[in-house]
Amino acid sequence: MSDRGAAIEADGLAAGYGSTAIWSQASFSIPAGSFTAILGPNGAGKSTLIKLILGLLHPIAGKLEVLGEAPTRGNPRIGYVPQGSAFDPELSIRGRDFVGLGVDGHKWGMRLTGRPQIASATDESIRAVGAEAYADRQLGRLSGGEQQRLLLAQALVGQPSLLLMDEPLSHLDVRNQGAIVQLISEVARQRNLTVLLIAHDVNPLLSHIDHVLYIAQGKLAMGKPADIITSETLSAIYSAPVEVLRDRLGRVFVVGLEEEVSHPHG
Amino acid sequence: MVELIPMSVATAATDLSWNPLDDLALLFHYEFMVHAFEAGTVVAIVAGAIGYFVVLRGSAFAAHALSHIGFAGATGAVVVALSPIVGLLAFTLGAGIAIGALGNRLRGRDVTIGIVLAWALGLGVLFISLYRGYATEAYALLFGQILGISTSDVIATLAAGVVTIVALVVVYRPLLFSSVDEDLASAKGVPVTLLSIVFMAILAVAVSEAVQVVGVLLIFALIVTPAAIAVRFSSRPPIAIGIGILLALAFTWFGLAIAFFSPHPVSFFITTLAFATYLAVRLAEALRLRLHAKRLANS
Repeated sequence: MSDRGAAIEADGLAAGYGSTAIWSQASFSIPAGSFTAILGPNGAGKSTLIKLILGLLHPIAGKLEVLGEAPTRGNPRIGYVPQGSAFDPELSIRGRDFVGLGVDGHKWGMRLTGRPQIASATDESIRAVGAEAYADRQLGRLSGGEQQRLLLAQALVGQPSLLLMDEPLSHLDVRNQGAIVQLISEVARQRNLTVLLIAHDVNPLLSHIDHVLYIAQGKLAMGKPADIITSETLSAIYSAPVEVLRDRLGRVFVVGLEEEVSHPHG
Repeated sequence: MVELIPMSVATAATDLSWNPLDDLALLFHYEFMVHAFEAGTVVAIVAGAIGYFVVLRGSAFAAHALSHIGFAGATGAVVVALSPIVGLLAFTLGAGIAIGALGNRLRGRDVTIGIVLAWALGLGVLFISLYRGYATEAYALLFGQILGISTSDVIATLAAGVVTIVALVVVYRPLLFSSVDEDLASAKGVPVTLLSIVFMAILAVAVSEAVQVVGVLLIFALIVTPAAIAVRFSSRPPIAIGIGILLALAFTWFGLAIAFFSPHPVSFFITTLAFATYLAVRLAEALRLRLHAKRLANS
């Protein structure tokens, strides 16, 4: 964590592929130890932001600092859960082996030294996410929620200070979404982790997150959920009529930020 | 590898006696059988080991394509008076590196790969016709010619085998990581494109070796089938690799031994043993599932 208490700091940041910007003029600061949801329509550049933080993509303008340094690929202080559908059912590797790859999967050769240390780190991480019961089963044959827990265990195994998750909830049912969010929130608090999580739907996250980072129409906006997710704020930021609707159960729906084409997932 | 053992020797009327020791002594009496066992052992170890990654990465069809493209290279080499193994290796390596460089962009491009491999076989046919009179050469490439292996072939196979195994050991962990989740491995600093190229290059060498034993058309039996069976027994990578190697060894050894005492070709026995084992494992699995379901229904 940097001295200024910011895990991620962006100043005039622009991202894109080639010279075409997907979004630009982004300045924000994510405090260390906070939980932030990244929201916005499909194709707005949410994963692009994660790729910038991971050092997989370079900014086309502006400055970005991650944990007090310029982003570098393979930063051991970052835990990452990539976007993706479920693992191939035929994928023949145990959950435990997969978590272990989070420790030393990037090193050349075979694992010759440090086996006990890696085994205990793996065990500890599997316990932290409550995956002991199925960690020895074939990863591809596990349910979506079980796979997501092992992905989280893999991200946590290196004792990171920043956790990046790209749509970890999108393939889960509502009950599992709630359980995973609860788990992430608890683990993050215990370990003083900074969490950035991309989501389609803010509702399972509302009672856990500190900030919302909204990405739409080439612009980023960050703030407390209650301040950002209002018709007035979103309409002002995006100079377009945006409606934030709340139902009787307190669930929130944002209408008007999607592109012209309709998105099946909303 | 070009040297052909006269059919009369390869299929000598070697009758099985009732004494297993005598049979074993007879098996290793001929030099060509000793060479066949030596080369077969090396090839089986390499094929069994790399097969696990082929199955894990879902690149079985790419392995198949490599062998067909290698066929064009081998027959082409014969036309210009080179050793077929040179052409085989050059073409499989070239194609392997190209496929590896395309990486993810080639995933699910079965149609594209199929079109290229069909054309490669067509080229092979042209080269055979240009090199008049030696259909046996083509036959050996297509279906394997393990009984025609010379001492120098055995040494070359061993050298290539050592290179592939050492290369596999060096890339083992990052290759496993990127085979399971390429995006994650890449974020962790694994050079995934380089690994994809290196893997296909190793596979190209392994395929070129295996062609000597089972030929271009039957490559699946040694590279894919043992690994496909192994992953049904264990999802622990080192154990699955071990089982794959043992199965490939068993298919090769028993195939050679059975063929020695019969008038039929080695490749037939190796592929049949591989297929029969796969079938038996799948049937046993299905049966176990049904029994399990029954027990659940009864309880």
